[in-house]
Amino acid sequence: MSLHARVVAELSTFRLDVDVDIEDGETVAVLGPNGAGKSTLVKAIAGLRPLDEGFVRIDSIVFDDPDTGVFVAPEQRNIGVVFQDHRLFPQLDALDNVAFGLRARGMSRTEARRVARAWLDRMHLSDHAAQKLDTLSGGQAQRVALARALASEPRLLLLDEPLAALDAATRAEVRRDLRTHLTGTTASALLITHDPVDAYALADRVIVIEDGRVTQSGDLSEVTTHPQSRYVADLVGTNLVPGTIDAGVLRTSDGVSIAVPADSPDGPAFASIRPGSVALHRSEPEGSARNVWLVEVIELDVRADRIRVRLDGPIGLVAELTPPGHEALALRPGDRIWASVKASEVGISEDFSR
Amino acid sequence: MNSTVGDRRRARRTNRPPVLAVLMAGIAVAFFALPFFGLLWRVPWSEAWSLLTDPESLKALRLSVYCSLWATALAVVFGTPLAWVLARYGFPGRRIVRALCLLSLVLPPVVGGVALFAAFGRRGLLGDPLFDWFGVRLPFSTAGVVLAQTFVGMPFFVLTVEAALRGLDRRAEDAARTLGASPWYAFRRVTLPAIKPALFAGAVLAWARAFGEFGATITFAGNFPGRTRTLPLAVYLALESNPGQALVLSVFMIAISFAVIVGLRDRWLGGSSDGDPT
Repeated sequence: MSLHARVVAELSTFRLDVDVDIEDGETVAVLGPNGAGKSTLVKAIAGLRPLDEGFVRIDSIVFDDPDTGVFVAPEQRNIGVVFQDHRLFPQLDALDNVAFGLRARGMSRTEARRVARAWLDRMHLSDHAAQKLDTLSGGQAQRVALARALASEPRLLLLDEPLAALDAATRAEVRRDLRTHLTGTTASALLITHDPVDAYALADRVIVIEDGRVTQSGDLSEVTTHPQSRYVADLVGTNLVPGTIDAGVLRTSDGVSIAVPADSPDGPAFASIRPGSVALHRSEPEGSARNVWLVEVIELDVRADRIRVRLDGPIGLVAELTPPGHEALALRPGDRIWASVKASEVGISEDFSR
Repeated sequence: MNSTVGDRRRARRTNRPPVLAVLMAGIAVAFFALPFFGLLWRVPWSEAWSLLTDPESLKALRLSVYCSLWATALAVVFGTPLAWVLARYGFPGRRIVRALCLLSLVLPPVVGGVALFAAFGRRGLLGDPLFDWFGVRLPFSTAGVVLAQTFVGMPFFVLTVEAALRGLDRRAEDAARTLGASPWYAFRRVTLPAIKPALFAGAVLAWARAFGEFGATITFAGNFPGRTRTLPLAVYLALESNPGQALVLSVFMIAISFAVIVGLRDRWLGGSSDGDPT
């Protein structure tokens, strides 16, 4: 299943005009600041909001095309949606919430409940089948919502900030469940998020939307290296290094150690290093920075206000220089230099997805 | 600190209502309660049971129950879609349509009866077509009573349900649609359960209003024993011929209305639920 869409929607303050293509089995993350039009995009693809212009097509089936007057109702699309606020039905227990879509499509109650129970099992929620919504924790509710969306085996899964309403620990757990299902199946998915960690953990590709327009798209590493806007540079253009923390040191699977803030909890985590906090030196630095690596300059992305330097070493890194700093160092691709990062400048996101 | 003590004192004072307000409120309570106690005092209790169970009373009671339940059913069947459309869809003139549908809330019932006559009466707008095509004469028939009661009762239902639908989160319906639910299925399994209390409350209010209906009924349907003479009409009639019976029937109706109001709890007490014999 592959999605091809151009979504144009006239919103009160701006116009959303975005192209989205998802190939078979691919997960694409849509990143963008609040109010960029991300949720409208989800609504339009799901059929909850008709397009003003453009088209939505899955494989060769047209779902929405104002030019030809084609509009397929949401219930006919079989596109699963997981909303930020889970939107479970309060009058039903967890099991019947998951069974809802199957019942709506005509499955008998017994059979629907049997399938729903299997989905709850897969989400490790079998003990909560008979619970009503208000007795579930936020993470449990969101996992029930995920099971509910997946139970009808949708052609495409739309995840509208599914982790945003959860606390950090729960977020990591639900992210793990998501990862299991996104990589374990051939289903395609569109993930709306404003957290680059989600994109890193779950997506094959990212699309960045700002003010209703795509400002950048591509592999995460590509976007990190060549951020096209300040927003991308600040948010997406962060170095994320997965590893396991033990006593203030994060070790990657390649055996590289990164000193992190001493109070970081032990366990799997992402170290996030802002490019601006990577200091570059021509000679081995002395001083307080505990993370010092010998690296090679791969590429320079020179902009008027900032210069991004892609580095290869024990870990791949992107550093950002100010124009004066760039002038002083006079870097060229192939140069071997020193990169340092203070432990206190390393951010930590716990990661239970592995 | 001084200010804290002052605040606390002020807080304690505001917890108790001012004397004047208590006095006025007491008068208001008395105003509502006295007529009721007057009734209880005047009722000829020794004959009460026989007056209540005499054939004429029973006939009126049966007719009242029959007509008011029909009126409630009609209010629910037509009022639910109406409330839905008013709450969910913006269309030109929606406010005027809404005002028209709720007009009978503020209309003197007699005027409602006259208006019904002008529409469905023998020489009314639809009088002849109704008779020619369906052989139906609504005025002075039991169906006419139902029509009059629906006319005055349904706005209570529509108002209650519309408010509930407006307050309802549409996002649950959206979620249902993405799960393969048709609009009808989503309405049945997601929306209806969510507005069930309002449906119930609206239906009870509409029923109570229909049950007590007098003005529109007597104007449009007349006062024929067994056919259009409902309890309120029987009370009015008995007032001249047999005041004791009027009192007993009044107390009976008050008891029923009171039970309904108490059953609805304070939060549904917004609309009046009693018919006023005007």
